[in-house]
Amino acid sequence: MTIKVLFFAAFREQLGCDSLTLDYVDNITISELQQQLSHRGDQWQKVFSNTALLSAVNHTMVDVEHEINDLDEVAFFPPVTGG
Amino acid sequence: MSNTGIKVQLEDFDFGDEVDALEADNHVDGAVVTFIGRVRNNNDGLQVKHLFLEHYAGMTETCLADIVEQARQQWQLGNVSVIHRYGQLAIGDKIVFVGVTSKHRKDAFSAAEFIMDYLKVSAPFWKKEQTEQGEHWLAAKKTDQQEADKW
Repeated sequence: MTIKVLFFAAFREQLGCDSLTLDYVDNITISELQQQLSHRGDQWQKVFSNTALLSAVNHTMVDVEHEINDLDEVAFFPPVTGG
Repeated sequence: MSNTGIKVQLEDFDFGDEVDALEADNHVDGAVVTFIGRVRNNNDGLQVKHLFLEHYAGMTETCLADIVEQARQQWQLGNVSVIHRYGQLAIGDKIVFVGVTSKHRKDAFSAAEFIMDYLKVSAPFWKKEQTEQGEHWLAAKKTDQQEADKW
């Protein structure tokens, strides 16, 4: 399966990356994806150990148990500060 | 009359035009409540020079429409308009507009406040402040979550 992963705001800057396209053989959960991404380097470890990190799939907030499907758009971002 | 307008845009908006649009051909609603949020020049003791707003295109619009839908389920509303800007903003610039019409004022006041409170804690926008001391991303405030939790 192929998924798109987006990063926003402080996380986007910390990682120096706004999006990734990833291929997996099997379905994975948000938690498993976070675990894998955290191994990419120090900054990744830092972002994914941040307890305030929020996750969305296809524009809907999800928890870490959520299972990601083919062609899903996953997003990771800090708590929102609009308005 | 029960139109919902959601706009997420770089450009400024005109307050008068937005109020006119809410009231146009609307003779059933006697109450119009509006809110405008602007960039202020101070925050947490720092002199703010500019504000940069990032958002998650696609999710933002869905989220704002969902908040308005939740408001419509709780109060009797006519037209609702939400505008939120993103990009580089200067001191005094308008950031957000919420306008609500209703037959009666209480529904309009409550819905406008609810929409703002929910927008603050759930719409995917992030503010970066540029101050004399450098720039930084703003942290979410506990008080904003408390305001949203009261509904």
